[in-house]
Amino acid sequence: DRIKTLETRDLCESAKKGCGECQTGVANQKCEN
Amino acid sequence: MIHQFQLNGYNIVMDTCSGAVHVVDEVAYDAIGMFEKCSEDEIVGALLQKYHDRADVTREDLLALLSDIQALKDQGKLFSEDDYEEMAGALKERSGNIVKALCLHVAHTCNLNCSYCFASQGKYHGERALMSFEVGKQALDFLIANSGSRRNLEVDFFGGEPLMNFDVVKRLVAYAREREKECRKHFRFTLTTNGMLIDDDVIDFVNRECDNVVLSLDGRKEIHDRLRVDYLGRGSYDVIVPKFKRLVEKRGGTRYYMRGTFTHANPDFTRDLFHMADLGFTELSMEPVVAAMDDPAALTKEDIEIVKGEYEKLAAEMLRRRREGRPITFYHYMLDLKAGPCIYKRLSGCGSGTEYMAVTPWGDLYPCHQFVGEEKWRMGDVWQGVTNTALREEFRACNVYAREECRDCWARLYCSGGCAANAMHATGSIRGVYKSGCELFKKRIECAVMMQAAIAEETDAEGNTP
Repeated sequence: DRIKTLETRDLCESAKKGCGECQTGVANQKCEN
Repeated sequence: MIHQFQLNGYNIVMDTCSGAVHVVDEVAYDAIGMFEKCSEDEIVGALLQKYHDRADVTREDLLALLSDIQALKDQGKLFSEDDYEEMAGALKERSGNIVKALCLHVAHTCNLNCSYCFASQGKYHGERALMSFEVGKQALDFLIANSGSRRNLEVDFFGGEPLMNFDVVKRLVAYAREREKECRKHFRFTLTTNGMLIDDDVIDFVNRECDNVVLSLDGRKEIHDRLRVDYLGRGSYDVIVPKFKRLVEKRGGTRYYMRGTFTHANPDFTRDLFHMADLGFTELSMEPVVAAMDDPAALTKEDIEIVKGEYEKLAAEMLRRRREGRPITFYHYMLDLKAGPCIYKRLSGCGSGTEYMAVTPWGDLYPCHQFVGEEKWRMGDVWQGVTNTALREEFRACNVYAREECRDCWARLYCSGGCAANAMHATGSIRGVYKSGCELFKKRIECAVMMQAAIAEETDAEGNTP
């Protein structure tokens, strides 16, 4: 096993579910929904 | 598109468009680097030659590795395509003209005289002024009226030094709390202060009402007092540190940030961060000064290289402290890979000039606090709303794809195109690119991702989940 994939939010998948409720850097934000 | 880097003993591959992060060994690192450019035979031949003294690197093993890489590609976790451009404006379009956050400049005056202050000692290149309760109340009414379906509304008390208008701050919070229930909104208040006017009354109020508080401290006494002085030239360190300690202690040590600025005088800024940690503060942020190149405080090219090394040093030290059970937090290294922002947020950025605006003491609206004081960026006022709609559209169109240089940058979905104000000050255009800012940002993201890899490895070894 030469590759370990970390658990990450799938950005492509996130396109399906933009609510705008997250706090006003972007990279360090958490999704609140 | 992928980005590969090696840091602190880790080989890391980031897939730009899916957000996937892979921690790999050196053989896989090389294979992934060649995967899109070379044939299977070329990769196998090159790696067998490079690792000829390794018993574990065989032809069969390499073919299995290439099969694994292809599988990740098929799953969309390596070399994924950028299909997002069409949705780049979607969040801002969908939000219409919703406003959900205001920066209230309750004081365009300050009791300190810091030479590097972007706000020109709090005056923003204009007259000294305090916001009246009536203007602040109208700003809150404007926010509520324009917030649409948004439930969470944010208000920053900013300046200058906001505690120079503390009575109005208290009255505005009371007014907002009155209106919360009837409007079905939730206000989050934050306050940024230099600390000079903190007393028990302020501490009780801030700790009761503010979701977060930003405390300005530049680190070591000799560094802090070099630039953060009063109008008689006296340093402020000895006055504010005991006050900050008391505020943070009574706050339970959470929901605050020590916020420092480093300049040409201290590109070795980790010494200042660790000094703050030694004082007992754990939530830390140190930011590079943004200044004209002829400003003596501005970072030079040589400084930038030092700073990049400091970021790496900081990441390694934070991991060490975490293992020792005395962790510290660094603003830019807070990276939640599992529950970070959705693609819409990443494409659209901070929301300045659309969902977030700054309000001057006179009620004028600006795209954000860093544009205040420059008349051409005035968007309207809190009575009439946004009247310069062309300017709002300019900010609405400002996204990752608005800058040609960002299109083939691996970090674009982490920085969202960067800070419009920094771009404007560096290049004259909000669609410009602040290059030294980009360079530092990318280094910070590499460090933050490396830390996530290290934490995942350590928690795996302990048999826990992160």
